[in-house]
Amino acid sequence: MNLKIRMNAATGGLLAALVSCICALPALAQNSEYAIKDAKIVTVTGAVIARGTVHIKDGKIVAVGERVNVPGTAKVIDGRGLSVYPGMIDSGTRLGLTEVGSVQETQDITELGDFNSNAKAVLAVNMHSELIPVARANGVTSVITSPRGRLVSGQAAMINLDGWTWQEMAVKPTVAMAMEYPRASGGGRGGGFGGFGGQAAGNQREQARRQVEALEKKLEEARNYANAKEARAKDPSLPARPADLVLEALIPVVRGEIPVLMTANTEAEIKGAIEIADKNKLKLIITGADEAVKVASLLKEKNIPVIIGPVTEVPRREDDPYDRNFAQAAELHKAGVRFAFQTSDAAYVRNLPYQAGTAAAFGLPKDEALKAVTIYPAQIFGVDKMIGSIEAGKAANLIVTDGDPLEFRTNIKHMFINGRPVDLSSRHTKLYDKFNTRP
Amino acid sequence: MRTIRFTLCLAILAAFTAVAYAQQSGELLIKNATIMTASHGTIENGSILIRNGKIVSVGKNVTAGPNAQVIDATGMYVTPGFIDAHSHTASEDPSVNEGTVSVSAMVRMRDVVNDRDPNIYRQLAGGTTTIHLMHGSANSIGGQNVVLKLKWGSTAEEMILQDAPRTIKFALGENPKRQGNQANPFGGTGRPLRYPATRMGVAETIREAFTEGREYMHEWDAYESAKKRGENPLQPRRDLKLDAIADILRGKLLVHSHCYVAPEILMLMSVADEFGWKVHTFQHVLEGYKVAKEMAAHGAAGSTFSDWWAYKMEAFDAIPGNAAIMARNGVVTSINSDSADLARRLYQEAAKTIKYGNVPEEEALRFVTLNAAKQLGIDRRTGSIDEGKDADLVIFNAHPFSIYARVEKTFVEGELLFDREKDIQRRDAIAREKKALIEAERRTAGQQQPSQQMETPPPTLTEEELDGHRHPERRKN
Repeated sequence: MNLKIRMNAATGGLLAALVSCICALPALAQNSEYAIKDAKIVTVTGAVIARGTVHIKDGKIVAVGERVNVPGTAKVIDGRGLSVYPGMIDSGTRLGLTEVGSVQETQDITELGDFNSNAKAVLAVNMHSELIPVARANGVTSVITSPRGRLVSGQAAMINLDGWTWQEMAVKPTVAMAMEYPRASGGGRGGGFGGFGGQAAGNQREQARRQVEALEKKLEEARNYANAKEARAKDPSLPARPADLVLEALIPVVRGEIPVLMTANTEAEIKGAIEIADKNKLKLIITGADEAVKVASLLKEKNIPVIIGPVTEVPRREDDPYDRNFAQAAELHKAGVRFAFQTSDAAYVRNLPYQAGTAAAFGLPKDEALKAVTIYPAQIFGVDKMIGSIEAGKAANLIVTDGDPLEFRTNIKHMFINGRPVDLSSRHTKLYDKFNTRP
Repeated sequence: MRTIRFTLCLAILAAFTAVAYAQQSGELLIKNATIMTASHGTIENGSILIRNGKIVSVGKNVTAGPNAQVIDATGMYVTPGFIDAHSHTASEDPSVNEGTVSVSAMVRMRDVVNDRDPNIYRQLAGGTTTIHLMHGSANSIGGQNVVLKLKWGSTAEEMILQDAPRTIKFALGENPKRQGNQANPFGGTGRPLRYPATRMGVAETIREAFTEGREYMHEWDAYESAKKRGENPLQPRRDLKLDAIADILRGKLLVHSHCYVAPEILMLMSVADEFGWKVHTFQHVLEGYKVAKEMAAHGAAGSTFSDWWAYKMEAFDAIPGNAAIMARNGVVTSINSDSADLARRLYQEAAKTIKYGNVPEEEALRFVTLNAAKQLGIDRRTGSIDEGKDADLVIFNAHPFSIYARVEKTFVEGELLFDREKDIQRRDAIAREKKALIEAERRTAGQQQPSQQMETPPPTLTEEELDGHRHPERRKN
């Protein structure tokens, strides 16, 4: 077994080397046993353990506490002066689907046409992207990676940031159906009132209305398709309908088995998204959510979670308070709305902790900020039995730090993904080392 | 619609201006603060005395007159106001590019300053007090830049730092090449091709401009000396573009060049050597870390990003240790924003250089204060907390390099132009005023034909789009 793994590792390593000479290698060892001893353990879901041990075996956390018996065969990491946190989760990225922003050939984010429910992000994730080791640098171990840019963009995946294959990386290959609520307002960011007047604005509203109609029609087709399929399963004498991959992929959506991750930013867009979800009995997560505070009571009432960020975006409207985006998380928290943070990016996933930290600087309690990049996203995307906190039975996605992981000056000392130690070097550290010592 | 927006803008502006109460005449004492001077270390439990917009005294034992206004900053941190060495804020023209020609040395950003840009206030709220408003990067030799103090509520003319040295924007690499290539990733169809299309052509465009500019300068020099000799020579024809090039050769116009990769950094220094001028500051300079020794030998400064990368091919070797390696090799280094977002949190960008490059704390602070001031030639006036300098100051509730820090107050030349407490107090009044204005406008609009005029995005690419920082794929929607 061990030998086989080593061989795979060697071939994979060669492949990775061919793809790129500076890419960090995915973790080699599997089925190993580790103990992080004498560390402060911030479990997130339970009490903080001032000094304790985390025992990792076969990819899982097997025990955590002040006193844990660890067999002598386990590799011990001295945690004195260090802290253990769950790996962080970015609730919205394009990681693995893009490499260089301006190079079209490296973009696998936006498929053609309005309805791409069958497009799966997980199939296109490049495990060996140079962006992945950089994304891990400050403690992110899992991300949502998602198609974008269409009415129905495709299937978002929850992936771990380590693995030789995308199958190995997938926490949940289809975690949500990404959709974008049609933009009804004119102008862009910083624009004032798209609300009244103007033929162009009127046209855009009309076009948006038609798109909403088209989406609801498609959802209805999917329901009919699902019903027909179900009926025929019970009664094979019924006529067969031709297979339709787009409708097929929408079945779990109309049945509420997987959530819709709907991009909606303005107050009107968020309300529109909620209306569609209500009418069609969809399970809804709002992403983008610039103006979620204006709809807070409705979001709370319907228990709809929102993915916010980047917190550092300039406010949408020129008369918004200067700190609208910094303070939004605190206001949502006060209103009882569930939320998590996203970078909405690929190259800047490493800045996720600073999204949460900035929200804390503007009123969000620090422990809530940490939860919004760990356990909350796990709950929102339905993977909280697997990741998001330090509990026995969960996957060992952990970071060992020399301080508060939301702070700039904190360093990640060790990282585990699925119980495997992860290489913390990247294209950046390697170029730095090379030129820092240039003669 | 335009009327509504304009009225609203005025209302909001008026509200903000009301806070900007004059501080210049009296004395102001900030006491009991942790003062991070950026020039001579950190003073615990110190005070700063301000009079007539200037810092008159700083230290542990500072005494003020009996009528001085006092701010007790116990538990707070004071830093110099931040200086953004690369900004496009407060420009009337969002494109900031005179893109029709590859040498547009005659155009000036000082002619298009928009003193009503709300980003001015947002940046004050992040402690930024001075910006280098730059021309765009579509041209090998772009237009002339201008340095502004962010005096929110003042006119454009009052914001311009009149005694700052003049600077001009150059640009190398992908951006100036772009209009020479049909395969424009940003969809530049319908535009005629414009020389150059390669980095070779960029170099030659610059050499040609200096060849012409040198001849022009000699013509004028000959004319002036003939006049001095009492002769009656024919005056050469005035050329505003070549005037600027001649001023670079005379050392009166400082070159700030946008660049990315190592070879083009070396190229510009060799062209400068050939014609006898100096590259004053390289902007972006994401591969500065590869040729830091050569930059230091030339005497060029470097103004870069903390952690931007991968948005375009020439940014794929960018590393967050760039600033640290340049500084370690003796390059005067700053961190800039080039973005309305980052310009609100330059102190956080500086903090990242400590993490990624092991930069000492005071050096990191200098990256967004004193070093940027040096690059703009205004370090005698601003950039550190020293006696005699402008009272451009920021008060934080915590150490500025902590993620939990927040700007509480920002002063420009002694004037309190951002005060978080007052900002929050004012919000209800602004909301009420806005509602009333909208209702009034709705009533009028009901009696009129709906306006056909629609806010349309500018037909040209903005600098952020051109440079890919806000490449469409990075947009949220």
